[in-house]
Amino acid sequence: MIWGVDVASMLLGGVAAGMVLFIVSVGLSVTMGLMGFVNLAHGGFAMLGGYAIVQAMKHWGLGFVPALVFGFVVTALVSVVLERLLYSRLYRANELDQVLLTIGLVFVMIASVTLLLGPENQPIRLPAALQGQIDLGIVRYRTYSVVLIAAGLLIAAALWLVFERTQIGAQIRAAVDNRRMAESLGINIDRLFTITFAAGSGLAALGGGLGAEFLGLDPQYPLKYLVYFLIVVAVGGLGRVTGVFWAALLIGVLDFVLKKYLPQGGTAFIYAFTILLLLWRPQGLFGGAAR
Amino acid sequence: MISPPPSGPLDRPAAHALAGRHWLRAWEPIPWILALGLFVLFPKHLAFGTELLVTILFALSLDLVLGYAGIVTLGHAAFFGAGAYTVGILAKRGLWTEPITGLILAAAVAAAVGLGSGVVLLRTRGLTLLMLTLCTMALLEEAANLAHDYTGGFDGLDSLPIAPLLGRFEFNPLYPTTQYLYVLAVLFVCFLFVRTLVYSPFGQSLTGIRENILRMRAVGAPVRQRLVLCYTLSAAIAGVAGGIWAQANAYVNLGTLALDRAATVLIILVLGGFGRLYGAFIGAVAYMALSHFLSKVYPTGWQLGLGLLLVVIALFANNGILGLVETCSRALRRRGAGAPAPGASAGQ
Amino acid sequence: MPPGGPGDAPAAPLLETRRLCRNFGALAAARDIDFRLEAGARHALIGPNGAGKTTFVNLLSGLIRPSAGQVLLKGNDVTRVVEAERVKLGIARTFQINRLFRGLTVLENVYLAVAERLGAAPSMLRPAGRRLDVVLESMRLLETLKLADDAGHRVSELPYGRQRLVELAITLGLTPDVLLLDEPAAGVPSAESHVILDAVASLPRDIAVLIIDHDMDLVFRFADRITVMVGGAIFATGSPREIGANPDVRAVYLGQAHRG
Repeated sequence: MIWGVDVASMLLGGVAAGMVLFIVSVGLSVTMGLMGFVNLAHGGFAMLGGYAIVQAMKHWGLGFVPALVFGFVVTALVSVVLERLLYSRLYRANELDQVLLTIGLVFVMIASVTLLLGPENQPIRLPAALQGQIDLGIVRYRTYSVVLIAAGLLIAAALWLVFERTQIGAQIRAAVDNRRMAESLGINIDRLFTITFAAGSGLAALGGGLGAEFLGLDPQYPLKYLVYFLIVVAVGGLGRVTGVFWAALLIGVLDFVLKKYLPQGGTAFIYAFTILLLLWRPQGLFGGAAR
Repeated sequence: MISPPPSGPLDRPAAHALAGRHWLRAWEPIPWILALGLFVLFPKHLAFGTELLVTILFALSLDLVLGYAGIVTLGHAAFFGAGAYTVGILAKRGLWTEPITGLILAAAVAAAVGLGSGVVLLRTRGLTLLMLTLCTMALLEEAANLAHDYTGGFDGLDSLPIAPLLGRFEFNPLYPTTQYLYVLAVLFVCFLFVRTLVYSPFGQSLTGIRENILRMRAVGAPVRQRLVLCYTLSAAIAGVAGGIWAQANAYVNLGTLALDRAATVLIILVLGGFGRLYGAFIGAVAYMALSHFLSKVYPTGWQLGLGLLLVVIALFANNGILGLVETCSRALRRRGAGAPAPGASAGQ
Repeated sequence: MPPGGPGDAPAAPLLETRRLCRNFGALAAARDIDFRLEAGARHALIGPNGAGKTTFVNLLSGLIRPSAGQVLLKGNDVTRVVEAERVKLGIARTFQINRLFRGLTVLENVYLAVAERLGAAPSMLRPAGRRLDVVLESMRLLETLKLADDAGHRVSELPYGRQRLVELAITLGLTPDVLLLDEPAAGVPSAESHVILDAVASLPRDIAVLIIDHDMDLVFRFADRITVMVGGAIFATGSPREIGANPDVRAVYLGQAHRG
């Protein structure tokens, strides 16, 4: 009985963490799959969004949900500006240039935030309704973790609808599968990319805000978690929303389980797992054939 | 020896240029003269100087894989750390303290890691390869953290006993004169090796792989074999850099395996100009001089400035300082010659 | 039936395919192709766009693997042999779109190919320029193709027509027994294309050459034998006169013109 409760609460914790990983990483996966662009600054957008959300709640008294919306919109706008000014110049460039640009951007983001708001962690005050515990029948669990899971499922469902049922979703899927063919069909890839980039960065902001409670929110966030986001994207397969979803859940649960049973070697296990998986399937679990 | 006829194909300027590519240029001794000058004129800054020389060696090793073979890696510190910990663990446990042979061991261990990882990783390319280099390095860092009985974990291993060089010259942490000259000598030897390699047919084929990997396959080159060999040699040199860092500082810690170190060496090489032997020198000097002055005084400002610099480099000057110098001198030469480039057509 | 010239005994094929197939998903890009190429052959491969000609050449050179069937080079089964290994066995090709080392000089481009062939490439300790045998052979090759004056210039600085010649030079540096030319004059302004054509015409007689092209003048002037491919399969094979007079071949081309 106790063992079952333990497992359930661990799984819930892992799934909640996985949901946050999913929300942050899905934008990265789609933009990488769409343009083949290595964006190491993606975590920076999550951080910027998280900061915007926290500041909105602290200084302007916005509620939690309005602050989330605010964070989404502001980050999406900032990302569009950066995309038009900087990213778009390097779409046909080689990988090294993209790595350099995005590392540079991350440094600028981190330094700006440190200069403006200091290097300390930004605590987020969750609304009272989301704090505490909730009774799920078998087990009492943290309300917020349940909320995260619900939010993740909601976003996943919304994305699924967009990708499977709207024209723009179909265009994105086509372009991820075969960019050249999509272009020859008249799809404006550049415009598609701007939209996807903005949405992806906005989602990252949501993830940054939602996850601030347990991932923390400090200027080192983008670099601290960079490898994790990249792992989720690579394991899931570039450009595949389902892929990112399952990969994020897998990594989230693995991380939680390992922290409990193998507190020393957990992270090493995840790295080793990623290496072995990518060697066996370089395109990730759900990715299409290599470009 | 082939003796060509009096005005045969080998007398063409192009053939001459190729034949003489490896000759010593007039300005090539300058970095070494400057390094000795530092030793004589600035004896109080030898600790900084030693760090600078080690960084140059590390950046040189990265240039082999990045600048000549075209492998983009964010995990090169894996080999630096492998070499450093080899020296550190052997010294701390009293198993091996002789410096020169210690370096050979460091190179061997790092080369083994490079060979092992290269054989599997270099089957992939692009983003997957980048990811895998990151993961390999992160895995090594975690492993070093876990094996804290051997590696000292987070604190690292300090006060490493290093035997006197050649039995006579002590490594004194307060007056690093021996360290400086030792590192300079090692750098010189490694540089000669890299320079020879780069100008050899092997080095030329690496350039070919970087320029057009598909064409290299189409001329029958065993591309993956060459890449793995290059990666292994580069790992060995990075291991020497790590080993010598551990010896000079009598210290080794997890920072030798960190993303920070790998990213910094990449930035340094790009700043100086990759694929041009001396980019490592220029990049290291520029970066460390700036960082030495700015990052202590104003660390956040330094990070902001560095970030902006990287953005500018990525967009406009991805061949670094040496690349800019080259473009300028080519433009000057063309203006001097008057005529435009022969047979130049727009857009090709 | 093996072609050969009039009165010649049938020669063993240098290059042969047996029931070669390649599918891309539902698309059959190559269907049961039986093909032979003899030493000294001057063979042209023509057909409407999308007929699968380049796919076929890719199968021959080893760039892609067949779904079924065999490729034989000098009687040996090379179906499982990768591209780089096949080059060593004596088959080389040019690409429809140049694959050159654009940042390197013309001499360096050809040097790389010759160095691979002569086994000089793995050498790590001698300077590249001191391998005079490689340099000499590269320069001689450039002289044959009238590229010697451009030997020291970067490929990216040359006009497209001369770049196409460099593509040919690199491939000839491999001294292949079988040479596959994929639209050698493609993209070359007509004022310069004669240089390519002259170079092709003066190739060593003992090499077997397969050329893909759309330029019918070139094809009919160059080829001893022509194969027509349509929809991934061989449609007709014969001498230039036979193909020229074949009404079905005309229909296939005219049909394409109507549709396309």
